[in-house]
Amino acid sequence: MSEDYRPDGHAGGPYAETEPGAATPVALPRLGFVGTLRWTWRQLTSMRVALMLLMLLAVVAVPGSVLPQRPQDPAAVARYLADNPGLAPWLDRLGFFDVYASVWFSAVYILLFVSLVGCIVPRTRVHLRAVRARPPRTPRRFDRFPARGSAVVDAAPEEVVGAARRSLTGSVGLLPRFRVDDAVEAGGARTVAAERGYLRESGNLLFHLALLGILVSVATGQMLHYRGQALVVEGRGFANAVTDYDTFEAGTAFDPRSLVPFTLTLDEFTAEFTTDAAASPRDFVADVTVTEPGAEESVTSIRVNHPLTVGGAKVYLMGNGYAPELTVHDAAGELAFAGTVPFVPEDAQYLSRGVVKVPDVSTGEQVGLVGYLLPTAEVTESGARSVYPQPFDPLLVLTVWSGDLGLDDGVPQNVYELETTEMTQVLEEDGTPTTILVGLGETVELPGGLGTLTWDGLPRFMAVDLRYDPALPWILAFSIAALVGLSVSLFTPRRRLWLRVTEQDGRTVVDGAALARGDDLGLDGELDRVMDAVRALDGR
Amino acid sequence: MGTGELSTLLAWGAVTAYAIALVAFSIDLARLADGLARPAEALGGRGQAAAAGDTVAAGAGAAGTTTMTPVATPVGTTSADLAGPSGDDGPEAAGGPGRSRRAVGVAMATTTLGLGLHVLAAVLRGIAAGRVPWANMYEFTLVGTLVAVATFLALCRRRDVRFLGSLVVGLVLIALGVGLAAFYVPADAVEPALQSYWLVIHVSIATIATGLLTVSFAASALQLLKDSRDRGSARLSAARWRLLDALPSTRDLEALSFRINAVGFVLWTFTIMAGAVWAEHAWGRYWGWDPKEVWSFVVWVVYAAYLHARTTRGWSGRRAAWFVLVGYATVIFNFTGVNLFFQGLHSYSGL
Repeated sequence: MSEDYRPDGHAGGPYAETEPGAATPVALPRLGFVGTLRWTWRQLTSMRVALMLLMLLAVVAVPGSVLPQRPQDPAAVARYLADNPGLAPWLDRLGFFDVYASVWFSAVYILLFVSLVGCIVPRTRVHLRAVRARPPRTPRRFDRFPARGSAVVDAAPEEVVGAARRSLTGSVGLLPRFRVDDAVEAGGARTVAAERGYLRESGNLLFHLALLGILVSVATGQMLHYRGQALVVEGRGFANAVTDYDTFEAGTAFDPRSLVPFTLTLDEFTAEFTTDAAASPRDFVADVTVTEPGAEESVTSIRVNHPLTVGGAKVYLMGNGYAPELTVHDAAGELAFAGTVPFVPEDAQYLSRGVVKVPDVSTGEQVGLVGYLLPTAEVTESGARSVYPQPFDPLLVLTVWSGDLGLDDGVPQNVYELETTEMTQVLEEDGTPTTILVGLGETVELPGGLGTLTWDGLPRFMAVDLRYDPALPWILAFSIAALVGLSVSLFTPRRRLWLRVTEQDGRTVVDGAALARGDDLGLDGELDRVMDAVRALDGR
Repeated sequence: MGTGELSTLLAWGAVTAYAIALVAFSIDLARLADGLARPAEALGGRGQAAAAGDTVAAGAGAAGTTTMTPVATPVGTTSADLAGPSGDDGPEAAGGPGRSRRAVGVAMATTTLGLGLHVLAAVLRGIAAGRVPWANMYEFTLVGTLVAVATFLALCRRRDVRFLGSLVVGLVLIALGVGLAAFYVPADAVEPALQSYWLVIHVSIATIATGLLTVSFAASALQLLKDSRDRGSARLSAARWRLLDALPSTRDLEALSFRINAVGFVLWTFTIMAGAVWAEHAWGRYWGWDPKEVWSFVVWVVYAAYLHARTTRGWSGRRAAWFVLVGYATVIFNFTGVNLFFQGLHSYSGL
């Protein structure tokens, strides 16, 4: 019985041939430099180290789910740093706020893949020889085998061998179930040796190579990709240029000139919610008009789960809200501001916060308005709140600041925050901030004689992500290959089967034995099938 | 009463049936243990079906091919079960001759009844919500436990794994009870992010994988307990752990666990890949280290480590079984902890 047919999952499994070093004592004197390197390589590519690295990979992945991560939520990281002044800076230095790009996480998976390559390459060589190998010779004695069978038939030995061959090979000529050899022994007995399951190792290798392919594709995609975010108000457009994005990032190998200069206009945005108090979202549709260079305008829509593909990139609908259309006249009655201002929704009822900055006043100080938009307002003694996300009774609740907006300092500002260090809030006589309430279509006086505010309309906005990653088809292809390889390697049984056909007293005696790698419930059935095929010869 | 409420009522019905089944499975295990301890007494005490009982004990005890052996069959009744081969998994598990396995019959019947109610509950839930019934934590629990029970019953048709019953049904009972008591939300349509055919593919396969991994966890847990007792562990040598002797050999338990884990691992791999495709559609990236993604990855890596451990010198058998326990713990945490404690994109518990 051959060595590699020990039960699957026990000593001497399929990986065993790659770790001969692990079996010998490692306390060898004077390995030398090359020897040490070779020893290290052998250790790294040994199954035991691969196992350690796998466990380590599971452990080092966990902190990224517990601690806030900078790529996902930089604001949460900033909060954590502020809340934990003692520990957080150290965690930051050790890369705990960007675990998946940290040195230690990278080290683990890179070592793991090096180990994988070191394991897969020799095994591929071995396997390429093995797939051409013939089934092992028929053993002299069958009594040690887990599955045995015998039959006595009248058919001639040659017929028996032929029937066994047909049964073992199966009907698909190109992909035989078993690889079959027959022979005649010195004593005159005919033997059939068959083996199946070569695909098991093929699948295993395919799986591991496909993992390597996924890693390489992901890395390539990281270098070539770009992604940007933009906010588009109803009736307005967006042009695909780096300057038109609110945020934009790209891989090191990305060329900004490769951006296809398409334009996209948001014609209408529709939102649907359940009518109960929870107002759960049910549908968001952005009807857009797309113009690609050299092509006709096309009208289409973007929905959640249904991104729009344009200019090689995909446009994803990530958020939505209201952008009130406002006009501000300054104290002198001159037009100081006219435009839409996006208010960011903060809860399920679309209570939205926004800032209106009015720097271009003809006289006096600059004006800043901070406050909330309530799509369906309910005003009570204790305050105002929004009770539904649709604009059934919209109301703006604003406080007013005057002074220097700080826009001329050259320092980039957050459009959703008012820089109040150089500004004073307009207060009531009792010291509380003056609050102005504005209904849609109304014009109100700004307190402190700062001018007037008119609310002209309430368009919606959509927040879209634009992504381009040329590696996606490759990642998908390698993923499918990995899944196929994995299934084949786990579910292909490896079996060997032998028959010895002798003539005794004018009849033909067939003895059979079968052996499987690992536990194999179907082994007896496999032998029975062959025996039945042999017995069927007599029934003709 | 609406369809949704009827579904909930049926789910509670399934819980009740499983509770009865759990008691019956436990009684059966205790009897098996007793049978091992007092074979002579058992032989003397049950004259009424001695002849049939002998055959039954040989068949059922061998943990091989028999299914649903009705011990109460009167003498002389021919039954395919009784005539069946005694299996090839070793005679080690043979109990005392003539011991009754009436309890396990009750257990299997109530488990089957429970599964029937369970399926109805899931179907009605889907009808009430107008979509597939696995879009929030309660529904995932409802369907995941359903898969666990169905897997167990399906396995029972092929080989006698009824010894797993108390553990599988026990786990299902806890999960379904917690689901009904803590995770329950009324049936409703889903938000736009979930309106995709990937909900059908990705979540159903994840649910099936979880159900399978539950059953293999049960097998590996028993393997470790039995192995400890076989090695003469002081804690497990007490008489009340005698039922471990009635189980198949640790090698058979390990083989059973591996087979289910292999299917579970492939399905989990598919779950992650399908999830990545869906994430690419819905969120514009195939992988973003969202807490759910992190823990799905951890689950995958732990089970991958298990598969490697099985083929590593010195790590197979007992040590590999520990990986299954750790792996299942990560599966459970991925479902409960990640949904309840972490903020992420997979916030669909509805709680």
